[in-house]
Amino acid sequence: MHKEFLMGNEAIALGALAAGVRLVAGYPGTPSTEVLETVAKNRLDETYVEWSVNEKSAMEVGAGAAYSGARTMVTMKQVGLNVAADPLMSLEYIGVKGGMVILVADDPGPISSQTEQDTRHFSRFAKLPCFDPSTVQEAYEMVQDAFEYSEKYHTPVFFRSTTRVSHGYASIEIKDRAEYKNTVPEGFIKDTKRWVIFPRLSYQAHINIEARNEELSRVFSHYEKNLLIPAAAGSRYSKKGVAVGGFSYTYVNEALAVLGQLRELKVSTPHPFPEELAVRFLQGLDEVLCIEELDPVIERELIYICGKYQLPVKILGKLSHHVKNSGENTRDSVMDNLTEFLQVQRPDSGVLEAGDLAELPELPVRPPVLCAGCPHRASFYAVKQAMKGKKTIFCGDIGCYTMGNALPLDMVDTCLCMGAGLGIAQGVGHIEPDTSCFAFVGDSTFFAAALPGVVNAVYNQAAMTLIVLDNSTTAMTGHQPHPGTGHTMMGEVVAKVSIEAVLRGIGLDFVETVNPLDLQAAVAAVKRAAVQPGVKAIIFKYPCIAVTRPQGCMTVDRAACIGCRRCIRELGCPALIIRDGHVTIDAALCTGCGLCSQVCPAEAIGRRVQA
Amino acid sequence: MSRNIIVCGVGGQGTILASKLISAAAMAKGIAVKSAETIGMAQRGGSVFSHIRMGDEAECPMIAAGTADILLAFEPGEAVRMLPYLKKGGLVIVSERPVMPVTAALAGSDYNGGEMLEYLQRKAGRVIVADTEKACRELGSSRIVNLLLLGIAAASGELGLTAEDIRQAVQSKVPPKFHELNFRALDYAAGLWQQECLQ
Repeated sequence: MHKEFLMGNEAIALGALAAGVRLVAGYPGTPSTEVLETVAKNRLDETYVEWSVNEKSAMEVGAGAAYSGARTMVTMKQVGLNVAADPLMSLEYIGVKGGMVILVADDPGPISSQTEQDTRHFSRFAKLPCFDPSTVQEAYEMVQDAFEYSEKYHTPVFFRSTTRVSHGYASIEIKDRAEYKNTVPEGFIKDTKRWVIFPRLSYQAHINIEARNEELSRVFSHYEKNLLIPAAAGSRYSKKGVAVGGFSYTYVNEALAVLGQLRELKVSTPHPFPEELAVRFLQGLDEVLCIEELDPVIERELIYICGKYQLPVKILGKLSHHVKNSGENTRDSVMDNLTEFLQVQRPDSGVLEAGDLAELPELPVRPPVLCAGCPHRASFYAVKQAMKGKKTIFCGDIGCYTMGNALPLDMVDTCLCMGAGLGIAQGVGHIEPDTSCFAFVGDSTFFAAALPGVVNAVYNQAAMTLIVLDNSTTAMTGHQPHPGTGHTMMGEVVAKVSIEAVLRGIGLDFVETVNPLDLQAAVAAVKRAAVQPGVKAIIFKYPCIAVTRPQGCMTVDRAACIGCRRCIRELGCPALIIRDGHVTIDAALCTGCGLCSQVCPAEAIGRRVQA
Repeated sequence: MSRNIIVCGVGGQGTILASKLISAAAMAKGIAVKSAETIGMAQRGGSVFSHIRMGDEAECPMIAAGTADILLAFEPGEAVRMLPYLKKGGLVIVSERPVMPVTAALAGSDYNGGEMLEYLQRKAGRVIVADTEKACRELGSSRIVNLLLLGIAAASGELGLTAEDIRQAVQSKVPPKFHELNFRALDYAAGLWQQECLQ
C-alpha cells in the first residue's frame, strides 16, 4: 500500500485495475471521463481500453468481454446510460461471467449536463445492484467490492458516482502493483441456453433476479460500507435520525461534528436496499431527515419500510419539502437542513454579515463561451451571414458548439440530446416546408449519434442542410480521440474514418469541406448548399485551438479603428475587449484566427508583427 | 495543522495549477489534503474555483461559508463572488487585473474591477492587492499569476507552506523549462509581501 493524491475518477480507475479489470470501454462525458483516461495511462499489458463510438457500443463490447469471463468496466455519464439502456436492459436477464461494473457519473446541479437524472432509480428499474460511494477513498475500495459482488452473483452492477466524488481529490491509501488481483479469463463457452435471450429464458431469469435481489438486500444489510452510526452518548436528540447517501455523507458528517452525532444511516447500496439495517435504524425514532442528491430514493425506501413494518416514524426530506428537490446540496444547505430539523441556531462565522450581501456590487456574469479563436465561432457566423433575412431554424447538438447559442451569435435554436438536431430539423421541415432547416453536429457526435439521422433524412426525402463542425477532437470533454482522428486509446495509429466519404456513401450529392476561418468561402458554400434540394452537407474543418498551434496574434490599429465595435458586436470573441474606451485584443487569449479582421469595416485589425 | 483555502478566477487563468501545487506541497510534508474544483463547461471563460482543505479533520473537500483562511483570487470580481467563504480575520490575496466578460464587452460596460477591490477592502479588512500586470511585464510572461499569488501566500506565513515547499512542488509538477521562470515569480512575490509589510 502507498499514499497518493488522487481525483475520485482516478481512484475508481486504479481500483478497477487493482481488481484485475481486463477490458474498459466507454464514451466521454463530464463528470465520468477521467476514469477511462486513467485506466489507459496506467494499464497493464493485458488491459484493453477503448473509447467506443457511443455508450451502446461500449456496453456491448463490455458484455462480450464479460461473457468471456473477463473483468470488465464500462464508463459513461448519466445521459450516456440512456443510450446504453437497450443492451443493458436485456443484459440484466442474461447476466455475466466475468465481473462487470457499469460506472455511471451523475451530475447534481446539473453542472455540465442536460438532466438531473438519478442512476439509483435506473438500477432499480434495471433490477441491478448499485454501489454509491461517498468519498475518494471509499470509491477506490468500493469499486473492488463491486467486481466481487458482480462476479459472485453473475450480474452486471452499477457503480454510481456524482460530480463531487468523481472530481474531488484526496490523499488516499492505494495498492502497489504487486498487490493487484491477477485474473485470467476462461474464454467464451458456447451455450445457447445461457447467452441467447428468448422469452422463456427471460421468464425464468426474472424469477431468479427477484430472488437474488431479496438475498442481496439481506447481504447488503451486513455490507461493511452500509453504516448504522449510533447517536453520541447522552445526545439530546435520541428520537431523531438522519439518513444519507453519496457525497452528502461528507456534508452531514461535517455538520454533525459541530451539532453532535445523531443516529445515522449511511446507504452505500441504494439498490437492493439494506432493509434489515434500515429497520434497526428506524426502531425507536420519531423523525428521520433524509439528505441525498437528485431524487428522494432513500426517502421513498424508508417510507416504504415504515409502512411495511408499521413503524411510527416521520420520514422527512425532498418529498416533504424539508430539503430542496433540485440542484446540488452544499455544506451550507445541509447545515441549514439539519439545524432546522434539530431546531437549533446555525453556528455563524465569516467575514460577511447577513446584511453585507445586500451591498454586494453587481458581479460580472460569466456564462461559458466559445474560446478565443474557436473555429465553431467562424462556422456559426458564416451560416448566420449566408442565411440573413431567410426563414431558418438552426438545430444544435451536444458539445462545445452548444455555446453557439450565446449572444451575439445566437445560432442554436434547439438542443436536446446527442444527435437529436438532425431529427428535429427534419420534423420542423415536414411541418414548415418553407423553412431552411439546418442541423449542426460535431465530429465526435457525428460518429456517436448522427448517422441514423442522416440515413433517415435521405431515405425519407427530407430537405435540410447538415453542418458538421469538424475540429478533429472531442473538445468539450477534454480532447478524446474518435474514429475521425486516426488514433486510439491503446496508442495505435489507425485509418481515419472520413466523414465526407461516409456522407457520400449514404447518398448525399452535395458535400463540401471548407475552412470556416476563410469567411468569404464559408459564406459562399452555405449559400450554395441552401439552394440545393434534398439533404446537403458542409463540413467545416479546422482543428480546435487546444490541439493546434496559435497562428500568431491580431492587433488593432488605433489610428485606423473607427470605434464602431462591429467586431465585438458580431463575434463576441473573449479576446476582443474594451480598454480605456478602445477595442483591444487580449494577446494572452488571441490565437490569430483572423476572423475579426474579416468583419472589420475599416481594415483596422491586422496580424501583429513579431518583434 | 489545518487550513481551508479557496482559489478562484476565470477559466483558463491557471487556478487549477495553483491548487495542484498547494496540494502537492502539503502532501510532500505529510499533511492530509482534500480538494475540489470546477471541471467541465464552466472552464470555458466561466467563473472557476478550487477548494483545498489541509489537515486530518477535513472529511469533506468542500469548504463551508465563513471558514476559509485564505482566498487566492485571480480576478477582483471573482474574489467578491467567493468572499462569503472567508472567515473573520481571513486573508484575501487578489490580482488587480480585471477580466472583462464577453457579455460586459457587448453591453459596452466599463467593468474595471475597481468597485470590486473597493468592496473587498471595505469588508474583508485584510486584503493584498497584487499588481500582477506589472509583475508579468517585469518577469516577461503573462502566465505566472498563479505563482505570484501563491508566493505571496507562502511569504505571509499563513498558508502553512513555505516558498521552499512551493518551489519543490513546482519541481515535481511543472515541466522543467518553466522552473526558472516560476522560481523568479516566487522570489518576486516574496518582495511584494515585504513591500506590503512596510506600508
